[in-house]
Amino acid sequence: METIKQGKVFVLGDDIDTDQIIPAAHLVYSLDHPDEKRKYGEFALSGVPIDKSGLPDGNIPFVASGQSESPYAIIVAGKNFGCGSSREHAPAALQIAGVQAVVAPTYARIFYRNAVDGGFVIPVESQASLVEHFQTGDKAEINLTDYFIRNQRTGETFPVKKLGQVENIIEAGGIFAYARQAGMIGE
Amino acid sequence: MGMTITEKILAKHSGGASVSPGENIWIDVDVLMTHDVCGPPAFAIFKKQFGEHAKVWDPEKVVIIPDHYIFTADKHANRNVQLLRDIVAEQKLPHFYDVGTERYKGVCHVALPEEGWTRPGEVLFGTDSHTCTAGAFGQFATGVGNTDAAFILGTGKIWVKVPETMRFVIDGEIPPYLMGKDLILQIIGDICVDGAAYRTMEFAGTAIEAMSMEERMTLCNMVIEAGGKNGVIAADATTEAFVQARTNAGYEIFHNDQDAGFHSVYHYQAEDLQPMVARPHSPDNKAGVRELKDVKVNRAYIGSCTGGKFSDFLAAAEILKDHPVKMDTFVVPATTEVSNQLRETNINGRSLWQIFEDAGAQIGQPSCAACLGGPDDTFGRLNADEVCVSTTNRNFPGRMGSKSAQVYLASPYTVAATAATGRMTDPREFFA
Repeated sequence: METIKQGKVFVLGDDIDTDQIIPAAHLVYSLDHPDEKRKYGEFALSGVPIDKSGLPDGNIPFVASGQSESPYAIIVAGKNFGCGSSREHAPAALQIAGVQAVVAPTYARIFYRNAVDGGFVIPVESQASLVEHFQTGDKAEINLTDYFIRNQRTGETFPVKKLGQVENIIEAGGIFAYARQAGMIGE
Repeated sequence: MGMTITEKILAKHSGGASVSPGENIWIDVDVLMTHDVCGPPAFAIFKKQFGEHAKVWDPEKVVIIPDHYIFTADKHANRNVQLLRDIVAEQKLPHFYDVGTERYKGVCHVALPEEGWTRPGEVLFGTDSHTCTAGAFGQFATGVGNTDAAFILGTGKIWVKVPETMRFVIDGEIPPYLMGKDLILQIIGDICVDGAAYRTMEFAGTAIEAMSMEERMTLCNMVIEAGGKNGVIAADATTEAFVQARTNAGYEIFHNDQDAGFHSVYHYQAEDLQPMVARPHSPDNKAGVRELKDVKVNRAYIGSCTGGKFSDFLAAAEILKDHPVKMDTFVVPATTEVSNQLRETNINGRSLWQIFEDAGAQIGQPSCAACLGGPDDTFGRLNADEVCVSTTNRNFPGRMGSKSAQVYLASPYTVAATAATGRMTDPREFFA
């Protein structure tokens, strides 16, 4: 696993649920078929009310109209990110749009698990909400060796939590790779 | 220290004598349920990981219930149901409730108990967050994603972190105008949408003991709206009567040890509670219905795994039998069995079905329908800036379709009372 992630930051508020991450109407598309899979990138975070999309000012689409990749590789969000449904399409949509990591103080359980077990995005837990310390468009660096995130615009550095018990799964790239390494399932 | 119900079930399924909260363990799965939205991608991952010719670990333990996007012209949605059929044929899966056949049921969380798949002491996983509904039967039940489901399909096992238990004791007699929905909206409002994150919510007390299985299901259904991992209610005679009427399978009833440890214990007195709503746009945005009597509403919706069970419609019909609706009102029975019950059950010589039609409501076919928006042609979907009062479970922005719409979550009594007046109405106005 690369332990340093860099990219532009997209800032969101508290309780961003899975219907905001990928609205249910789009779940009909295949995650395997390349043309359909692109739609998950296109519609990632399209359910966020536009005035709350890209804080602090809002009104910033996460993905430009007609595109399937976002310029933002890091999401900084408030508490309980990914609450709501069990749809794995949510972390998958973020990955397809180009997100590498989310940084939030807490996650909804199923989203966290899906992000880790499917190897989609790294759910990094910050010590406190960092929403006030980032603006959408800031560049940031996440360091998962020394466990911090740095805002390259302001120079401020904030500690993040160790990945803990799931680090081995994240490191392996998901639950299947982990289970193979551990000899639990065959090659 | 002793163990809770949830800890005992997990210990049994881990093959160990005891487990403690916070421990990561591997457990054996009794039943895996999936549906039309998550079934195809879960099986795609299963094949990718275990091989093109891999077989599921136990066809008798896989239950497939298409329910989300059924009555739609959306070609991708229809394709997904066909993919389920292909998988079922190839894997020779016996428990498939296919669309367009006599076996078709509708909403999986209501269909599972009807078909005898919810049994005390068992472990049920489903590719849907409201799988926690089945905890009402004294079992461990929770939602997982496609990757975890694929892992279970191949191995029959999955890892879980043993949750701490939050205990909610509700004593007293539930007043006639109050429903399980009011209780759970009160509790979620008190602890917030992440108040039970990663934990078990256990419901107990004399009010719970007197509840029907359907009302218990409403409580456990919405623990996910507080972030809970699972909900649980100790199985009792009510549970056993329901289960034995639906299956011959064995089961095992677990109780908390006297010295079981809880994260926290909350007490409520049923007589002190009142009809509640969750205002837009969060299930914890609680208010008493009486506080909102000036809120005008132009859409009512009765349906879903939360509020589309037979007793939910019986409650709504008690009000609508004498009062026509004053707004677009959509009635969606959760399952075909519920739909049949609406036709077969009479109040004063009229069937519930007839009562809803006479009141001016539109009745849809059993499925998840507009609870989660869905394709544009979904029955009851909010497509503009409607203000909707709904018996469903979630009201985050855009949940029932349009981001411009506003959704108030409420009990079937409150939804019916509001449909009959045009403004948010406490059902006590109809219980003179």
